[in-house]
Amino acid sequence: MTDAKYFTTTKKGEIFELKSELNSDKKEKKKEAVKKVIASMTVGKDVSALFPDVVNCMQTDNLELKKLVYLYLMNYAKSQPDMAIMAVNTFVKDCEDPNPLIRALAVRTMGCIRVDKITEYLCEPLRKCLKDEDPYVRKTAAVCVAKLHDINAQLVEDQGFLDQLRDLLSDSNPMVVANAVAALSEINETSSSGQTLIEMNAQAVNKLLTALNECTEWGQVFILDSLANYTPKDDREAQSICERITPRLAHANAAVVLSAVKVLMKFMEMMGNDTEFVTSLTKKLAPPLVTLLSSEAETQYVALRNINLIVQKRPDILKQEMKVFFVKYNDPIYVKLEKLDIMIRLASQANIAQVLAELREYATEVDVDFVRKAVRAIGRCAIKVEQSAERCVSTLLDLIQTKVNYVVQEAIVVIKDIFRKYPNKYESIISTLCENLDTLDEPEARASMIWIIGEYAERIDNADELLESFLEGFHDENTQVQLQLLTAIVKLFLKRPTETQELVQQVLSLATQDSDNPDLRDRGFIYWRLLSTDPAAAKEVVLAEKPLISEETDLLEPTLLDELICHIGTLASVYHKPPSAFVEGKTAVRKQLPPRQNSVGSAEEASSGSPPAPGQPTDEQQPTVIPVADNLIGDLLSLDISAPSTYQAPIPSQPQPVANTAAMDLLGGGLDSLLSDTSAPAGITSAPPVSSSGLLGDIFGIGNVTPFYTPAKQVWLPAARGKGLEISGTFTRRNGQIYMEMTFSNKAMQAMTSFAIQFNKNSFGLSPAQSLQVQGPLQPNGSVDSSLPINTKGPVQKMEPLTNLQVAIKNNVDVFYFSCLVPLHVLCMEDGMMDKRVFLATWKDIPAQNEVQYTIENVNYTADQVSSKLQNNNIFTIAKRNVEGQDMLYQSLKLTNGIWVLAELKIQPGNINLILSLKSRAMEVASGVHQTFELILHN
Amino acid sequence: MIHSLFVINSSGDVFMEKHWKSVIHRSVCDYFFDAQRKVSSPEDIPPVIATPHHYLISIYRSQLFFVAITQSEAPPLFVIEFLHRVVDIIEDYFGDCTEFLIKEHYVVVYELLDEMLDNGFPLATESNILKELIKPPNILRTIANTVTGKSNLSHTLPTGQLSNIPWRRTGVKYTNNEAYFDVIEEVDAIIDKSGSVVFAEIQGYIDCCIKLSGMPDLSLTFINPRLFDDVSFHPCVRFRRWESERILSFVPPDGNFRLMSYHIGAQNVVAIPLYVKHSISFKETGGGRLDITIGPKQTMGKMVENVVVEIPMPKTVLNVTLTPTQGKYTFDPVSKNMVWEIGRIEAGKLPNIRGHISVQTGSSGPEANPIISIQFTISQLAVSGLKVNRLDMYGEKYKPFKGVKYLTKNGRFQVRT
Repeated sequence: MTDAKYFTTTKKGEIFELKSELNSDKKEKKKEAVKKVIASMTVGKDVSALFPDVVNCMQTDNLELKKLVYLYLMNYAKSQPDMAIMAVNTFVKDCEDPNPLIRALAVRTMGCIRVDKITEYLCEPLRKCLKDEDPYVRKTAAVCVAKLHDINAQLVEDQGFLDQLRDLLSDSNPMVVANAVAALSEINETSSSGQTLIEMNAQAVNKLLTALNECTEWGQVFILDSLANYTPKDDREAQSICERITPRLAHANAAVVLSAVKVLMKFMEMMGNDTEFVTSLTKKLAPPLVTLLSSEAETQYVALRNINLIVQKRPDILKQEMKVFFVKYNDPIYVKLEKLDIMIRLASQANIAQVLAELREYATEVDVDFVRKAVRAIGRCAIKVEQSAERCVSTLLDLIQTKVNYVVQEAIVVIKDIFRKYPNKYESIISTLCENLDTLDEPEARASMIWIIGEYAERIDNADELLESFLEGFHDENTQVQLQLLTAIVKLFLKRPTETQELVQQVLSLATQDSDNPDLRDRGFIYWRLLSTDPAAAKEVVLAEKPLISEETDLLEPTLLDELICHIGTLASVYHKPPSAFVEGKTAVRKQLPPRQNSVGSAEEASSGSPPAPGQPTDEQQPTVIPVADNLIGDLLSLDISAPSTYQAPIPSQPQPVANTAAMDLLGGGLDSLLSDTSAPAGITSAPPVSSSGLLGDIFGIGNVTPFYTPAKQVWLPAARGKGLEISGTFTRRNGQIYMEMTFSNKAMQAMTSFAIQFNKNSFGLSPAQSLQVQGPLQPNGSVDSSLPINTKGPVQKMEPLTNLQVAIKNNVDVFYFSCLVPLHVLCMEDGMMDKRVFLATWKDIPAQNEVQYTIENVNYTADQVSSKLQNNNIFTIAKRNVEGQDMLYQSLKLTNGIWVLAELKIQPGNINLILSLKSRAMEVASGVHQTFELILHN
Repeated sequence: MIHSLFVINSSGDVFMEKHWKSVIHRSVCDYFFDAQRKVSSPEDIPPVIATPHHYLISIYRSQLFFVAITQSEAPPLFVIEFLHRVVDIIEDYFGDCTEFLIKEHYVVVYELLDEMLDNGFPLATESNILKELIKPPNILRTIANTVTGKSNLSHTLPTGQLSNIPWRRTGVKYTNNEAYFDVIEEVDAIIDKSGSVVFAEIQGYIDCCIKLSGMPDLSLTFINPRLFDDVSFHPCVRFRRWESERILSFVPPDGNFRLMSYHIGAQNVVAIPLYVKHSISFKETGGGRLDITIGPKQTMGKMVENVVVEIPMPKTVLNVTLTPTQGKYTFDPVSKNMVWEIGRIEAGKLPNIRGHISVQTGSSGPEANPIISIQFTISQLAVSGLKVNRLDMYGEKYKPFKGVKYLTKNGRFQVRT
């Protein structure tokens, strides 16, 4: 007698047969029939036609039958709403049943009937059940509120269920508390208002912590997750919460462990890194994370993705545990790849020998994807741990000797990166690489090899022959290879002009005349023109020194990392993307790590005063890598081999000065000089079509953009007040760094020496990044310029006006004080470009009273000019719309202290007055931002 | 939280679905099948798959895929843990988790799923409680039910569910009161060509079978509790006592459960109970030789038993002709798996296997040598040296039978050649 029999029916008209059985008088037969119906339902057969008959069986004392009917109801009520109403009465009655099991069952099922009409009838019974004397019923009712909210959110709010739910947070039974937390969190996540339903204060936290110890493992996850949203008021509170959470690390349920890790990682951020507590917590975190790796593969995977974040944030935790990440041959591929990634992150000088031996081992495995990644990993080690570079290169050479095709190709790709990192060090191996030229069939490997040949053309005797051999099948090559070949041959030509004229001519004509790829053609024209106008400039551009690549490029961006740390254990942590980027309709406020706090009593911190606390979360890990800007010059420098996606070549945001001027000079050249140039190969006189000059002009037009706006210097300290020292200065921003530009003039009779500078506390935490450099003694009547880099790690105190900065300058004569205003745009960060969707959501999210409007008069620019002018000053245009003839620019900027300002700029053609609307959560900055707009647009 | 569950067999049929909220059409599983097509073996399907509207979180156990669907940001580990719990419960109820058994007990499984999750929130996942709500089937009861018309469902609220010890039911009564503990240690190791240990750790478990009447309060002490690098406990263990005194103090659930699992490895040296001498070589001209000897090492005088050597041969291998001095071997020409079942290793007589490997003509030697993985068990030994000191019972008057068994076996024990 098993359930399998429910599936075997020999007669036709199954539904008909069931119908008659359901209406049978015999209880036993009825039950069997309902079972058959349920069995059909579970395998996805449609038995909704039996709805009235099944519902008729509902009024019964038999609990099993009742349950089965309920199961059926939940499934089909939606498709039969009118019939479902028939069931309401029974529900209402069951909610009054003396047996708590039945009351709970009724309230549970009620919530699963997703029919609008019915929900209204269910409010009364639900209200009663929320106050039921039996905790089992209460905890079931709590979940029911969440169900109801899913069906009809408005109803739940109107009926005051949310308040009742909040009351349950202080219920005496921990299971009820846990379910209330779970229900509230879910409602919170789906509700549109975005306002937090669980008000977290010290008292509430205390209650949750008490419930945490006694509720089920699942309840613990809910409670820990909601604790993670709380920001303790100081580091003491954080510490005491951490202490109470630490035992959860020893829970058998991996989800509990990871949620506890999340809370700890977040709260640790509030405490000084060197405190004893953090040190001991760091030690305690490692073993549970390691243990997660002994569980099932699926758990391992999620754990590894999270560990990947944790080792980036706090490398100390797992630095001793390299070995647990060694790959076992029967690990699933997704686990292998993750382990490899973490191994590289943990690689250091101390363990590199071991890591390399392992990677070498992996490179001979059978799984192609894994082998490739292992070879790449060797390259990444070389770039990360400088001392190991030599060993890595020899390992790679060994691998090349195996002649396994994909290993060789992958090795060549990474060797290219090693050359980029350590130029002029390992070129001796080029000959070995060249031996494998014929076997390369993947675009990336071919492109890398070509890059190497071009870059070191002067050392490879037969470079011309090699490149020529590639040229034969030029049109069949992948674009990446074509571009690289073009650049490499131009490089070769610049290095050995005499023998390679023909070759360069050939490639230029292939690129410009026979190709319909615009990128290739444009680059061909540019080279052509460069070569023909000014070979010296061409040399400077094409053979310019390239920025080194660094290991950091494959790290997550610090602000993203911080956000993801707040999402440990969630899907976001698996995808390494913020939830807003992939969860549907998710517009919630981004989570941030709490700032470091010092408790009032911590004496050493208080006394040491001005020096910034080591490692403030946001500042310390200021991206050292320059943001990738796709500019023309970078392109010309032939950095476009699409580096393995994990490490993109960093390209300076500002063109290098040399290259820049070279490009500018060329503009003057024009077509005439091109024709008259002697060094140009003869064929060039046939010249690119004239139409292309317009194109070139456009491209070079990019070079014309106005740079960052630096206000003119003002006198800050008149000589009269400075005992003969006059200081004038201004602020500017270069490569993401704020500079204070000053001119010191000595109007006194004696030389001045020993200059030093100090800032008072200020609104943005500005402080000198290094000591003041003033060249030599400043002779009478002499003046000297000094440029002082400034960071934003100093102590913060709100100033009036906001941008006021009080400065003290000391020299051998005296100490002088003056104050100056920092133009707000130097504080705008390079990453102030908000995602469109986030912008939209944030704009809606900020209440209307936080909006101010200004008029900016006398602006004679078009919308595009305005946009590019502002863009140069890190005020980014996110979208441009044309509404009724007016141009609307939507812009965002981010200040160094993380304040976002959103702007809407209305530009009417013919009207020289612009209307600027600003929105921000911190309105104090608005007037400053307005002034900045004025300043930029009027200069 | 968890929206729906689909159970899929190895041939790709969705043979069970359960929805805890609105119904999601099973076509959502197509995303899963897409991912399945991209990988060579079922183990390699990524456990988390994002689709435009849903997330599929899956586990692979007993040749079945359990695919959970979530719509919101649910913690994936939470879902994975839950799915494993579902399989555990099914195994607990029906002895195993197979397609046949699930189909056999469709309605019970469906009822169980409904009881385990409410609106996507776990409700009752402790086997003790579920068994009170839904009686596991057994032949006697099924017959009795048919005769008397009674059902499998209980009419009373499970008593444990709301007490402070939700894992234990009240009113337990046994005539023989027994408490058995199994200390099981699995050795995970990677040993390199030259025989030196690249990585080794011990994953240990203490599984209990406790049949004690009333509300016993137990405390278990170890002779050497400092051995553990990391521990995780069943919720019944009082963590504070462990923190302060290193004593496991708990009111046990009734029946079988895992009391604790632990991890030893990072800081301690792990004894490796076996050594392997091997030479596997392939000639340029095709063909190769294999010679493997296994011997015990650091077993504290205990016998190594149930030894099985498994070698996944390279794809180019056609067949092997070997002579074992002990046990027998098989070679599967499709999966290229060579399995040598040795059995027990007698003292002074080391098992050896040697012979010829034939390789596809024309192909040169394989790129890499195969990896040997070894299975074994050693009874009466916890290789870490862990020893239970004593077990005390409070709260009840009777004298229970007590017993501790030790067992060491392989975890993932791999030798590179």
